[in-house]
Amino acid sequence: MATTERSFVSKVWDFFCSLKLTLFLLISLALTSIIGTILPQGTLPPQYVAEISHTKLLIYTKLGFFDMYHSWWFIALLYIFSLNLISCSIKRLPHVFKFISDPALILGEGQRSSFPLKKELSFSGPIEKGKERLAEFLGKEFATPVITEHDGEFHLFSQKTAWCRLGVYVVHFSILVIFVGAIIGSLTGYKGFVAIVEGTSVNSFEGRNGQQIPLGFDVLCEKFNVEFYPNGAPKEYKSILTVLENGKPVPGYSHVKVIVNEPMTYKGITFYQSSYGQATEGGDHYITVTSRKDGKTEKFTVHEGVPVTLKDGTTFKLLEATQDVSPFAPGYSGPAARIEVTRKGAAPQVFIAYKDYPDVNAQRGDNLIFKYEGSSAKQYTGLQVAKDPGVWVVWLGCTLMILGLCIAFFMSHKRVWVVVSKGHAWIYGNASKNQAAFQMQFEDISEKFQHLKI
Amino acid sequence: MTSSMLFNVTTFTYLLSMIAFFAFLASKNKSLGLAGSVLAYAGLIVQTAAIGLRWKESYDMGVGHAPMSNLYESIVFFSWTIVLIFTYIDIRYKYRIIGAFVIPFALLGMAWAQLGMSTGIEPLVPALQSNWLLYHVITCFLGYAAFAVACGISIMYLIKTAVEGSNNNSPAAGGLMSMFPPLKVLDDLNYRAIMIGFPLLTLGIITGAAWANYAWGTYWSWDPKETWSLIVWFVYAAFLHARITKGWVGKRAAWLSVIGFAATIFCYLGVNLFLSGLHSYGSSKM
Repeated sequence: MATTERSFVSKVWDFFCSLKLTLFLLISLALTSIIGTILPQGTLPPQYVAEISHTKLLIYTKLGFFDMYHSWWFIALLYIFSLNLISCSIKRLPHVFKFISDPALILGEGQRSSFPLKKELSFSGPIEKGKERLAEFLGKEFATPVITEHDGEFHLFSQKTAWCRLGVYVVHFSILVIFVGAIIGSLTGYKGFVAIVEGTSVNSFEGRNGQQIPLGFDVLCEKFNVEFYPNGAPKEYKSILTVLENGKPVPGYSHVKVIVNEPMTYKGITFYQSSYGQATEGGDHYITVTSRKDGKTEKFTVHEGVPVTLKDGTTFKLLEATQDVSPFAPGYSGPAARIEVTRKGAAPQVFIAYKDYPDVNAQRGDNLIFKYEGSSAKQYTGLQVAKDPGVWVVWLGCTLMILGLCIAFFMSHKRVWVVVSKGHAWIYGNASKNQAAFQMQFEDISEKFQHLKI
Repeated sequence: MTSSMLFNVTTFTYLLSMIAFFAFLASKNKSLGLAGSVLAYAGLIVQTAAIGLRWKESYDMGVGHAPMSNLYESIVFFSWTIVLIFTYIDIRYKYRIIGAFVIPFALLGMAWAQLGMSTGIEPLVPALQSNWLLYHVITCFLGYAAFAVACGISIMYLIKTAVEGSNNNSPAAGGLMSMFPPLKVLDDLNYRAIMIGFPLLTLGIITGAAWANYAWGTYWSWDPKETWSLIVWFVYAAFLHARITKGWVGKRAAWLSVIGFAATIFCYLGVNLFLSGLHSYGSSKM
């Protein structure tokens, strides 16, 4: 009974330690991850729900395909992956530590023949002198050796960067550190969104699950502005924010510029420029009319569709207006309005008046130059709000991973033995990685070795 | 002299290099192999100058930024990194014939970019206005390029095993195959190329995560591009473990390397062409 139990436990243990499991997990993670890049994730778009058959929708939902990276089976794969990592390390690390702390000081007869890198030296002096001379040589050319006497021979053992055998385990450990960072973030951090209308402030934001989370302070949006390149592509989305504590601006956090790629952080909470839009329809539109004859400018406040009569009997009305014309008129940006002007006794004329292009307005050639000055409509700025105390653990893990990869791939454990017996000595070399580079170093050392006079 | 002209010269030089390598493969004439390598190096130098010139031209236009901001610029940079990694492998390990299987990738990229894409310099949209762009793009593409070289080497491995496996000692095939490095060497070179690519890809993913965290407040959001880069990472991680697992050495490892590069290409191009996400080249997304 006891033995079968034992063998079952050891079978489970071997299963979790096996490289075959690692390969299975890596390939499974790669294949299953594809699902989430093809199927929509999170809230489903209505047209997708309309297109897909009911049974499919049901099966996919049941399998968690619409939030697959948080589904029980994907998380389970990641847990088994972690277990696999930990088990492999527990199984192999003691051997590696022993290899480093307790190296093979003596090179047995059988091992010697298996080395491709070796050279012989004959000498006429006494063995003691040979040992001392060669130990000094090895210390100077490679690393200080440990000397062991065995069966009338002296074994001089020296090594370099034995610890680099731990590189692989640093990489494995770093993955676990990243997981820990991610877990800390998901337990203690939060992410959300807030829209702030120009000139107003907020003291909370909407979390991922839709609930309002208090900030503990107020954020005021002073202004939001979009700038464009001449070709119409957006150049900058800019919010000017002020942090308020008890209604008063916090020194250093007044009129802070927040643009994409330049967020603002206050008390561990970071605000990222993410979207914008029009907050209110804004009933009032402002239009100036300049007469070419006398150069006089008059300012009007108008409402959409309501005609206004000028002194000379001309009437005009604003048909529609936008605060950003670029989607409708390529090459133009900023506020613009479509205006209908009816001169006394003439047919109505319709044209577009811009805020930022007074020259275009003047080109119409008419006596009256109309300019759209914008509206009372306000924009809002959309900000991502995030706090993630685990992010530093993630970066620590990432740093460890790069460090570990460099150690594992680009460093090697190099060992050199010299076996001294009466009248002659042999030098042997071995590297854990990159034999070709070590071979050159070994040839250099063994060349000098063969020219030693003892 | 404009960068566009220099890119055309580059494309033509890579074409000549590829022809020289193919002729080398067919004729076994060593000087043709040397010509292939020299042409590839010359192309690399011209292309380096062209990239530098395009960078300067963007500043002259008043929209100065590193030439890595849209699909055209990225594919040109990808070609450059492929030839750079090939140059390293060629000088270091001296198996010239690999060029016949690697330079075509670089040529394909350049030809597609020069013939099929608009080459205009565009200003940077707000999302790309960051120094992270440079670090992220350089690390990712150097990684991709190393995988391209590994894929070329793996294809050589698979051809050699197929030919030598099916008709033993056939003189014609054996003749051509004698040009290929031994299987053990190909397997080793494949591993070495991936050893360069894997840390670079890892660094590319990390710089991408750092940038995302800095710009959007989240280092990982399972965006299709992010996910595909992780899929590529999983495949090459599997490759690295396959090499020390019984029964997975050689042919299966070579297949993993080819699949890995296919996944890389999908991550680079497929995601943008077929899936939606945050990496739509040059789009006006915030």
